Amino acid sequence: MLRLAPTLAIAILIGPILFGLLATALPAFGYFPTLGGTRFSLDAFAALFERPGLLRSALLSFSSGLITTFTSLLVVVLFVAGWSGTAVFRRLQHLVSPLLSVPHAAAAFGLAFLIAPSGWIMRLLSPELTGLTRPPDVLILQDALGLTMMGGLIVKEIPFLLLVILSALPQSNASQYSQMATSLGYGRIAGFIHCVWPNVYRQIRLAVFAVIAYASSVVDVAIILGPDSPAPLSPRLLGWMNDPDLALRFEASAGAVLQLGVTVAALVSWLLLEKIFAALQRYYCQNGQRFARDKAVRQIGLFSITLATTIVFAGLAILAIWSVAGFWSFPDALPDSFSLRSWARALPGLQQPLWNSVIIALMATSIAVVITLACLEQEVRSGRDGGSRAMLFVYLPLLVPQTGFVFGLQIFFLWLGLDATLFALVFVHLIFVLPYVFLSFSDPWRAFDPRYASVAHGLGAGLNRTFWRIRLPMLLRPALVAFAVGFAVSIGQYLPTVLIGAGRLPTITSEAVALSSGGDRRVIGVYAFLQMVLPFVVFLVAGLVPMLLFRNRRDLKVN
Amino acid sequence: MKNSTLKIVKSRGLSLALSAGLALMASSTFSAEPNSADWESTVKQARGQSVYFHAWGGSPRINDYIGWAASQVQKRYGITVNHVKVTDTANVVSTVVAEKAAGKDSDGKVDLIWINGENFASMKRQKLLFAPGWATNLPNWKYVDVENKPTITVDFTIPTEGLEAPWGNAKLVFFYDTARTKSVPNSIKELSEWAKKNPGRFTYPQPPNFIGSTFLKQALSELATDPAKLLKPVVEEEFAKVAQPLFDLLDELHPNMWRKARAFPKTHVAMRQLMADKELDIIFAFNPSFASSAIANNELPDSVRSFVFSKGTLGNTHFVAIPYNGASKAGALVLANFLMSPEAQAHKQNPTIWGDPTVLNVDKMNAEDKARFARLELGVATLKPEELGPMLPEPHPSWMNRLEKEWLNRYGVNN
Repeated sequence: MLRLAPTLAIAILIGPILFGLLATALPAFGYFPTLGGTRFSLDAFAALFERPGLLRSALLSFSSGLITTFTSLLVVVLFVAGWSGTAVFRRLQHLVSPLLSVPHAAAAFGLAFLIAPSGWIMRLLSPELTGLTRPPDVLILQDALGLTMMGGLIVKEIPFLLLVILSALPQSNASQYSQMATSLGYGRIAGFIHCVWPNVYRQIRLAVFAVIAYASSVVDVAIILGPDSPAPLSPRLLGWMNDPDLALRFEASAGAVLQLGVTVAALVSWLLLEKIFAALQRYYCQNGQRFARDKAVRQIGLFSITLATTIVFAGLAILAIWSVAGFWSFPDALPDSFSLRSWARALPGLQQPLWNSVIIALMATSIAVVITLACLEQEVRSGRDGGSRAMLFVYLPLLVPQTGFVFGLQIFFLWLGLDATLFALVFVHLIFVLPYVFLSFSDPWRAFDPRYASVAHGLGAGLNRTFWRIRLPMLLRPALVAFAVGFAVSIGQYLPTVLIGAGRLPTITSEAVALSSGGDRRVIGVYAFLQMVLPFVVFLVAGLVPMLLFRNRRDLKVN
Repeated sequence: MKNSTLKIVKSRGLSLALSAGLALMASSTFSAEPNSADWESTVKQARGQSVYFHAWGGSPRINDYIGWAASQVQKRYGITVNHVKVTDTANVVSTVVAEKAAGKDSDGKVDLIWINGENFASMKRQKLLFAPGWATNLPNWKYVDVENKPTITVDFTIPTEGLEAPWGNAKLVFFYDTARTKSVPNSIKELSEWAKKNPGRFTYPQPPNFIGSTFLKQALSELATDPAKLLKPVVEEEFAKVAQPLFDLLDELHPNMWRKARAFPKTHVAMRQLMADKELDIIFAFNPSFASSAIANNELPDSVRSFVFSKGTLGNTHFVAIPYNGASKAGALVLANFLMSPEAQAHKQNPTIWGDPTVLNVDKMNAEDKARFARLELGVATLKPEELGPMLPEPHPSWMNRLEKEWLNRYGVNN
């Protein structure tokens, strides 16, 4: 049974994607008989490249992938390197971690409500400080360079990266190494980079790649915060995909292939960056410079992460306020009146989506966690991990832009007569949940010191007993983190939910985005607030359980 | 068509699973198609059905109205209506197209669509709609104001042929806040002048948003030297010349627009928010009671009022249609008929509910139904029917596509 787990996982990950990709690639090269395309050609690409601003769209997606990832990783590294082990770190860590659960769309709405010219910040400052009684006519949201969009992504990726790093830290003997480096006179940050980071980065590399792929192909955040003229690639090709003019399918498919290329290009560039940074690190490691006076850099790290956290929390607050706002004129800091009308109006329609969201997320995540555990345990027992090829399989759903293959998947389920069923939706969520669960869990698992198991075996424990009594409890924290990550991923899914669910299985997220096209801040407030709360609860539980269980296990606590 | 699709699947080694799936589908759809002319048996057949009504879900008020209609139809006919909230009706057309591509010619996902204009034209052209004449055979068709509302039988110059049932009327109306704006423009040209004096206070939703494209068509309808050309399909050779006045105007208007036209709101509802935020001074919508409804719901200050251009603004009718492969056609027919009833139409026209003007002729109704309409109050910011001005006809749908494309070419990429 256990032996089949890796095969099952690979089938779940790769089958639908291969089919979806094929159903995308064939039309891109002109083959889609139903629409009269029976000959292979490059016409679709020719038409695609004649689209105004196409290059800029591609560049936006590319740079968003790199800049978002680099910035959020930098902030997290500076923070972890500069502050791990301190009281400040522990306090912030508990604040930041739950933010992972906030769906991207909700965080983006929160940011928009904050920093728009008529947003909360401007309302708080006006008219006293700015002298303005009307919002300034300046372009903040939807700026042409996509900076606001990247900002929205960064504040969301920071908690994600922080969490994966935190799960990897206990396996890296971070505190001992850091102490040693400090005793040799290295600054905190330099000591961390030289001694701990290489080991940590090896464990979290896949998560970093996932961030690149995500940020270079994101749809919902780009719709909410990104530029429109032109928009980044993915939202544009979603539009073509949905165009009633079917001839555009060919072009949309070509666009999906291009999106794939853009994501690959961003990943390759990142590999180059890795090489450059590794060389720099070696150089400074060898020349022995201590970088002892790193206080300013440490402060920057602390400031950045505090700012990012504050933005998301303030966003949450402003969403909540709008959801109960009566008439609210600029530049009032608070609404004229409060009313529960938006909630009362939304509640009857909320029950079904809430229920669907929770059921689908719980089912998909539970299956994902079981499969992940089975695969990893099988690795231990067979003594072989799947190697780099298996990891590529795990990656695939995160590397292939959703816009590229979910439409093909829709046709797949239609053919099977399974579209718009709970089964199909759980399955398609599983495709995206499983890699995140696997990615956030496999590295801590593999970095687990095998000597614990050896000792257990030596004391007479069998394979099963070792798994249940040693490995699972000691790895409970990353396991729960992985569950929470998976749950949040499922809650946040938009594109697969609307396409595979065909609108019949609405979730909080699909409803929120549907309503967002109306731009009504009160309703968006209600839905985005709920979107945040759902995974937040799961996240709290994931954080609390190990804290309770391990309250008297010193070395299982994160220092 | 189906066979060639099947070939792709077979080549992927899925033929077994597929033929099993198709066999299942075929066996489950053996019931006869309903006929709206035989109303009694349609109502009987409809009982117990689930109707998936795909309708734009961006307005809580409209969603509430659909929820009310659903509860009524449940109570009276035992039909369960599920409102599938869509962001763009084009996606629903896509769904039906994808089903047709997959050979799913019955038992489809979509039972009823809120539709008009280019989406209707596209579905009609691709033969994705249920039998012609179903709408005109509905019992409540007798109240429909075919005589005075030409847009009911001709949707964006395309004859409806009973393929869609009228649901509501739309007319382009502008809104301004009397607390900030004293005089309002009376034509597109004057609007451009006004924007010059009030920079940054006007915008329109980014085409291809429906209301944004409507603004383009309104402008072109006013400015075209020969408006009759707009009622016929676009002649590519003439397009540049016919559309030139529109783009001249936009070139002049854009630098004076909100964000200097470097960004656009996504929808007209977003413009309402911008007016409440005091970012915009003039906004517009395709619904005369848009502002009254918003005031009643705390979304706009009560100093907002409406205006139209004296030479006319665009108007059209929106409809509901049934896809050819819908699973619950009888239920969809009963729902469409209910939506067209005097009771449902009067409820819909109430500005505190939705405020969408009726497609019916009140004179054709009995005393009780007439009274329902007589009781309606228009709301503080709504113009009376006689103040709404002349109605300009919608151009042929090909103009919408062509204008959107040209707009994108010209303004889709900022520098």
